[in-house]
Amino acid sequence: MLEVRNLSAGYGPISVLEEISFSVGAGEIMAVLGANGAGKTTLNRVLSGLIKPRSGSVRFDDKDITNGAHDAIVQAGLIHVPEGRKIFPNLTVRDNLLLGAYLRGRAQRDATLEEVLATFPRLRERLGQLAGSMSGGEQQMLAIGRGLMAQPRMLILDEPSLGLSPLLTEELFALIARLNASGLTIMLVEQNVVQTLALATRAVVIEHGRVVLEGATADMEGDERLRAAYLGI
Amino acid sequence: MGEILAASLVNGLLTGGIYALVALGLTLIYGVLHIVNFAHGSLLMMAMFGTWLLAAQLGIDPYLALPLMTAVMFAVGWSLYRFVIGRISRGDDRAILLATLGVAVVLDNLALVLFTGNTRQIETPWTFAVLEVGPLLISVPKLISFGVALILAALLWSFMARTDMGRAIRAVAREPEGARLMGIRPDRIFALAYGIGTALLGAAACLLLPIFYVSPGVGSVFVLVAFTIVVLGGMGSFPGALVGGLLIGMTESVGGLVLGESLGPISISLVFIATLLLRPTGLFRGAR
Ligand SMILES: Nc1ncnc2c1ncn2[C@@H]1O[C@H](COP(=O)(O)OP(=O)(O)OP(=O)(O)O)[C@@H](O)[C@H]1O
Ligand SMILES: [Mg+2]
Repeated sequence: MLEVRNLSAGYGPISVLEEISFSVGAGEIMAVLGANGAGKTTLNRVLSGLIKPRSGSVRFDDKDITNGAHDAIVQAGLIHVPEGRKIFPNLTVRDNLLLGAYLRGRAQRDATLEEVLATFPRLRERLGQLAGSMSGGEQQMLAIGRGLMAQPRMLILDEPSLGLSPLLTEELFALIARLNASGLTIMLVEQNVVQTLALATRAVVIEHGRVVLEGATADMEGDERLRAAYLGI
Repeated sequence: MGEILAASLVNGLLTGGIYALVALGLTLIYGVLHIVNFAHGSLLMMAMFGTWLLAAQLGIDPYLALPLMTAVMFAVGWSLYRFVIGRISRGDDRAILLATLGVAVVLDNLALVLFTGNTRQIETPWTFAVLEVGPLLISVPKLISFGVALILAALLWSFMARTDMGRAIRAVAREPEGARLMGIRPDRIFALAYGIGTALLGAAACLLLPIFYVSPGVGSVFVLVAFTIVVLGGMGSFPGALVGGLLIGMTESVGGLVLGESLGPISISLVFIATLLLRPTGLFRGAR
């Protein structure tokens, strides 16, 4: 479904990603693992068209989106729930969710909203509340709910468990499993290695902007290169 | 004495409606683009000359011209941002600020070349119409301007609260990257906000013309007042701009009564300084 080839990117003179290649199959949960600063968020920002790559190519659904505009990529159904949530704190929960469907027709919007609220009953109780006044966990739910409002074909989640309690993290992972079971392809960026390996079907490990390991998660536990990527040895 | 004070308060309140309109545009642009729009006064001047031309050359009543001027000024503001300010600045705040300053200089000098420095005025059938309410004589054009200003403020508020575009404007104001991830293009939203802010000036110009003169420098009269209102109301706050506009209108009017016509405007500066000293965040929390 997503095909990344020899992708390089960076900021100004700084090079962050170097010749990254991997692919995500339809219906998969693909984990992206790597230490702080490895380049995971940069990768997501390139995929969603927020920054332009230096070279390489990205194909989504067999269409080239390498230099696609960010709105065209959203339109195509590749939705990125960013690190740090980036919800709209000055808007109500309801307005945040509606903006998730900004490029989708009004016709389906109400039905999608119902689905999302069924998935996150907590959000239904708080539709009129300003998003900025919600707890961290609720804000993360809102960020994912807002992403779902765009009717994604593939969802990129960048460290969704950041700042959540172990219990909430467990709930979140169960939710990701449910979304995936309903047919959604997911690319999950996480620091939470053990839980992520248990959830994902495959994983790619990034170290200093390069792929050091890609494969089925079942084969990865205890792999030295995974440990090295995290401990930076 | 009580009657004079009441008359002065009512007069100031009504004038405050137009102030609020000018300030609403300024605060909208500030809230979204995070810059003070230095071209605001010049764009108001331009709209006033446009309305004056329609009235003096074609005999079109300024009130009838209001929908047209509002639409034209929207197009002017939108294009100005899209093709000039946005292009020059590439989204960099400081560059946007300087670009609006450049636009102001060009417009002011263009007006001097085209219209000379003279002041002009038109007389409409409304100009001297008054309404007797008890002991008070109320100027009809001021009453109309007040009513229209309130209606426009309400329309703007419901546009911002209830439409997709209004939500997108508020979203981009606080979290542009999050907005981009929803497929919203901030550059378009900036142009839209600048266009709406400018459109309000088109309406303000039509409401002003029956009661005020036009000259190339007329914008600065209003923009200093509008800036005070925006600071008083809370930078970027809509209700602040509305309430602040009405308060400043009354302050100016009563100030003129107490201090005399020529010293009256000092009262506005006093409010400005007092706001900065006592409540620098303004009456309402800014940036919505
Ligand atoms: N806007 C930017 N300008 C310059 N350098 C940046 C920028 N954003 C990120 N970087 C640098 O790029 C490198 C990769 O950052 P990135 O955010 O992609 O890492 P990450 O893998 O997501 O890390 P984390 O796990 O901490 O989120 C870092 O060295 C970072 O300092
Ligand atoms: Mg990151």
